[in-house]
Amino acid sequence: MLQLVLFNLFNGLIIGAFYVLVSLGLSMILNLSNVINFAHGNFLALGGYLAYVLIPYIGFWPSLLVAPLLTGVVGYLIEITMISRIYGRDPIYSLLLTFGLAFMLQDATRYIWGVNGLPLTVPDNLSAPLSQTYFFLNAYRLFLVGIVIVAVLGLFAFLRYSRMGMRIRAGILDLDTVSALGINVRRLRSLNFAFGIFLAGLAGVLAGGQIGLNPNMGDSLLLPSFVAIIVGGMGSLVGTLLGGLTIGVAAALTAVVWPAASDVVVYVIMAIVLLVRPRGFLGEEGMQ
Amino acid sequence: MSGLLKSPPGDRHRLPVLALVWMILLLCPFWIPYIGGYTSLGTRILVLGLAAMSLNFLIGFTGIVSFGHAAYFGLGVYGCGLILRYVTGSTPLGLVAGMLLGGLAGTAVGALITKRRGIYFAMVTIAFQQIFYFIAYKWNGLTGGFDGLRGFTRANLDLGFTTINIINNDYAFYYFVLFVFAIAVGIMGLVLRSPFGRTLLAIRENERRARFLGINIERHIWLAFTLSAFFISIAGGLYALLNNFADPSSLYTDLSGELVIMCVLGGIRVFWGPLLGAALYVVLQDYISSHTVNWMFFVGLIFVVVVMFFPRGLLGMLRRRSEA
Repeated sequence: MLQLVLFNLFNGLIIGAFYVLVSLGLSMILNLSNVINFAHGNFLALGGYLAYVLIPYIGFWPSLLVAPLLTGVVGYLIEITMISRIYGRDPIYSLLLTFGLAFMLQDATRYIWGVNGLPLTVPDNLSAPLSQTYFFLNAYRLFLVGIVIVAVLGLFAFLRYSRMGMRIRAGILDLDTVSALGINVRRLRSLNFAFGIFLAGLAGVLAGGQIGLNPNMGDSLLLPSFVAIIVGGMGSLVGTLLGGLTIGVAAALTAVVWPAASDVVVYVIMAIVLLVRPRGFLGEEGMQ
Repeated sequence: MSGLLKSPPGDRHRLPVLALVWMILLLCPFWIPYIGGYTSLGTRILVLGLAAMSLNFLIGFTGIVSFGHAAYFGLGVYGCGLILRYVTGSTPLGLVAGMLLGGLAGTAVGALITKRRGIYFAMVTIAFQQIFYFIAYKWNGLTGGFDGLRGFTRANLDLGFTTINIINNDYAFYYFVLFVFAIAVGIMGLVLRSPFGRTLLAIRENERRARFLGINIERHIWLAFTLSAFFISIAGGLYALLNNFADPSSLYTDLSGELVIMCVLGGIRVFWGPLLGAALYVVLQDYISSHTVNWMFFVGLIFVVVVMFFPRGLLGMLRRRSEA
């Protein structure tokens, strides 16, 4: 029993780590640009597929960085050509735009790489199990958690100490003032969008090594990531982090006792949080 | 008070427009074959049109965007289907059950989310939709899970003195749907012209000003959300009757997005806009998916093109031209 609980707890951490990467990216874009990026899961898949293309040429380790960077560049181009044009309009338009982009990206991925799943090969020394009793602890999964921790720490350090990170944080609080101080807000939003997409691409490469690639691989991560943002509190990245881990672990532990409910429990947690503490774990009062 | 009952100035085309719309709808089974359609396509447009108009009650006339309205549509589908499958073979009772299931779920969800605005409101509605989706998807014993709920059919209408055959007669079924559509849309129109409806417009135009006038914004938004959920679940019930089938895709995000694009395509500021949008979208999607396997790409392209180049929608552009 203990082994089963540990197994699920660790699974929860892994899923939670993916929720964290996806929802942090979504949250950055949402906070600064006021856009819900429906296409986020499709950028994630794109990251995985780009790694699939790159690995035979440059190997796994460089691909782990280059594929997300390229995904970020694609995101940047889409932002400056389309998404940036609808800032300031009614939210309905940004929802529809990214929704349409999600359809287009998904179909394009399917057209290029096929409907069937593809494997993403990881180095041999990463895929061996570490222990007989705790069979679920293989090196790749530990590595995955490690990479996510590094990425998250890097992100928070970037936001806290770099000039651009400070501008992004200031922009979330008051974009007009930041603009009045002479900062190119348009560019800031584009780069911030690209950062969010970079995180999605990274999640895509990591997920590809874990479960393989398919054109819909991001779909099952997207909606729980919305919940992570809501539960953690709108406007707070630390909240999003906590939210992602909470729902990942809660879903995995529910799977021990009642497997059929493990998808629903995520949303039940959300309903409870909305009832008891509408602003979420760390959301600012009044940030709705 | 008399001012409220008078038609607002923009309403001078109201009667001709009403006459035109109802003429087109009443005669639909007669003209639709000539443009390459068939009666049940007309029925489908009518049902999805009602769904989009119900959603537009919220988007266009209250200024609140729900991106999870397929939930209440789908609950209407399942409510109707489940009653017909397990309880009784009565078509009207199925519709009522669908309406209650979707409407009450909307009432409950609405109560939790009225404090949110804009993009955050949309996000919470999307997340709540997933609850109902997963219940329909996972509760295999009751709903048939992924494969959907089969084994029910709409029943003929027993009016006491006569029976109307809507099982095999497409025409009769079209007019039955049109009848329900007329009642729902009629009530919707009356609500929008009532003081309550005018208050919703005031909230849409300027929430802060409305609040200063002493209007309880949260309660109005809750009521609007509830009404909209009741209306759309009627459309859901009709959809179950149309297909004799209920499946989880009727509760899925994709349908929510499609309903929103129908509203925008026709024009969200125009009462009949979403109906036209539904017609356009259904026809376009049928056409695209019969011509290419990559239909998803082109459907996505419709979304992008509409947002980038035609944000006012067809009727919105026409109205603007006539006012200019």
